[in-house]
Amino acid sequence: MLNALLSGDLPRSRALTLILLAILIGLAFAPFLFPGTRSLNTAATICVFIVLVASYDLLLGYTGVVSFAHTMFYGIGAYGVAIVLDVWPTSWGGMVLGSLAGLAVSIALAFIIALFSLRVRAIFFAMVTLAVASAFMILASQLSGLTGGEDGLSYRVPRELGPAFKLIDTEVLGVKIDGRLLNYYLVFLASAGLVLLLLRFVNAPFGRVLQAIRENTFRAEAIGYRTVIYRTIAVCLSAGVASLAGSLMAIWLKYTGPDTTLSLTIMIDILLMLVIGGMGSIYGAVLGATLFILARNYLQNLMDIGATALGDVPLLPGLIDPDRWLLWLGVLFILSVYFFPTGIVGRLRAGR
Amino acid sequence: MTDQTASQTENATPRAPFTERLGAWVPYLLVPAFLILGYVLIGSGPTWATLTLAGLAMGMMIFVMASGLTLVFGLMDILNFGHGAFISIGAFVGATVLLQATGWTGADSVLLNLGAVLPAMLAAMLVAGGLGYVFERVIVRPVYGAHLKQILVTMGGLIVAEELIRLIWGPDAIPLPRPEALTGAWVYGMVAIEKYRVYSVILGLVIFLALLWVLGRTRIGLLIRAGVENGEMVEALGYRIRLLFILVFVAGSALAGLGGVMWGLYEQIITAQMGLDVLILVFIVVIIGGLGSVQGCFIGALLVGLMANYTGYLVPKVALGSNILLMVAVLMWRPQGLLPVNKH
Repeated sequence: MLNALLSGDLPRSRALTLILLAILIGLAFAPFLFPGTRSLNTAATICVFIVLVASYDLLLGYTGVVSFAHTMFYGIGAYGVAIVLDVWPTSWGGMVLGSLAGLAVSIALAFIIALFSLRVRAIFFAMVTLAVASAFMILASQLSGLTGGEDGLSYRVPRELGPAFKLIDTEVLGVKIDGRLLNYYLVFLASAGLVLLLLRFVNAPFGRVLQAIRENTFRAEAIGYRTVIYRTIAVCLSAGVASLAGSLMAIWLKYTGPDTTLSLTIMIDILLMLVIGGMGSIYGAVLGATLFILARNYLQNLMDIGATALGDVPLLPGLIDPDRWLLWLGVLFILSVYFFPTGIVGRLRAGR
Repeated sequence: MTDQTASQTENATPRAPFTERLGAWVPYLLVPAFLILGYVLIGSGPTWATLTLAGLAMGMMIFVMASGLTLVFGLMDILNFGHGAFISIGAFVGATVLLQATGWTGADSVLLNLGAVLPAMLAAMLVAGGLGYVFERVIVRPVYGAHLKQILVTMGGLIVAEELIRLIWGPDAIPLPRPEALTGAWVYGMVAIEKYRVYSVILGLVIFLALLWVLGRTRIGLLIRAGVENGEMVEALGYRIRLLFILVFVAGSALAGLGGVMWGLYEQIITAQMGLDVLILVFIVVIIGGLGSVQGCFIGALLVGLMANYTGYLVPKVALGSNILLMVAVLMWRPQGLLPVNKH
């Protein structure tokens, strides 16, 4: 049963199993284990980013394609929901329609980009996607009538997903069973489903071909696989899942703007999460996203304490200033590319 | 008998048809064609002159930044995202020098003004070049030959460098006023020619010609070109191509630093993430020109600069995406860029 659910890709390491279980339990019971708006928000962000990073892993980790346009698809999904809900507030149909529209646009755009530039070499693809993503970001902020420009869009989701809705009057374990809780579980279950779907794909023969392409495109082609077709499918699939992750984020936040969906900073975050967590394994994405977002939300407080304590020492407080945490993450990133190319997950599996 | 062979060889190599002979020249004709097309569409001489100068100036600055990247790519087969870091660092170092010498930059003397700008540019080149050396030794060297790792590691280098800039110079954008001699414009009747743009065009041209001279007329240039074509063969002939790599990398970083100062003075404001922003334009230029080619890079940069300024005037809505459209059009026509180096 478990084997079927995880598509035969078991964690294969005791430590990794324990960590994944802890993450799963933590996220599944987040509203009860960590009450409070901020922690629930963190948990929902982790869910969405796990899906986003896992879908990027399909490209980078499994196929070896470096794309910088991933936030573009994430943004299309989010804007799809935002624009439709802006027109028809609080409608379930609009929510679904927006997600599907975003999905369709993402896949179509991914198809065009893939056909256009997968024929050229990896290094070209990286540059082309970076340029296309930045053009799309400018486009989104220019079309202010549709997207709200730099300010973004605030909209209302269906009433059943808002804090005003009470499912039952009594509190369970001291937590109100309201629409916000329902919204969280919608995000959680959808994310879990998408991650299992991605696991299914990468562990199917399709995933094996992608890995063959990553290891040696020439040989994969020589065996008889049309590598261009496989890579195009991988790009489209990855874009589609990223788009759905964007829709989930839009439903959770009730706000969509360029900074929360399209900015290059998010792209860099995704890259950091994946490489530190471990490329070439969906579990790496799960680990990387969880650690990164927890660190961003809580490590900065710790650094702030450290910086204040060292207030009199020259230079050091600047180095551990909470705003400089990306500096250390960048260093960690470079070190992990050199010394742990398979990330935390690869380490744990090797040390079995 | 001899007559026969002569006529045979003549038959074997017939003169190529006109279109084919023209084809080789098309990349070089693109810039003039752009200028003419721009004139026809804009219709007003003075406006056209102003826009063209602005486009050429922008193109020259992008060329200065992109030339190093394309050489590094052609010779070492490394796509260096860290190039953006050298652009930012050059701009910040240059700004620091310029802001120290406000007495000179504010003075009403061209000599004093240049006395402040030249050291700023030199300092930017020195620091960016020095950092390039460190970057090559520490970050890039372990990943020769692995494209995926190169992209990731240099991206990491860019993140760290941006954060270091924020650590040293603070997180805010720094305004960078131009020296007196570079502000304002010369006015001839209806045409206003902005001084700084003229200086940028001259500086860019000087650097382009210098690069052509070094690559085409000197021994080092010969080795670099040979290295771009076939590195192993140059190595086998007994030249230390590693040393050449470092030299080109440092020179490319220094040019990026210089470009950073020029761009900073053009925009009159500098931020830590400006390197990444400009890097996107630089990539577009390198792709259009064909990886590894200095002439292609020059043509690509001018096209991008002209396109941005012409469309900015004619159809402002399209302007921001115009470079992408240009890149798409060029890639549809020539997937390897305008003047690719035949290596891969």
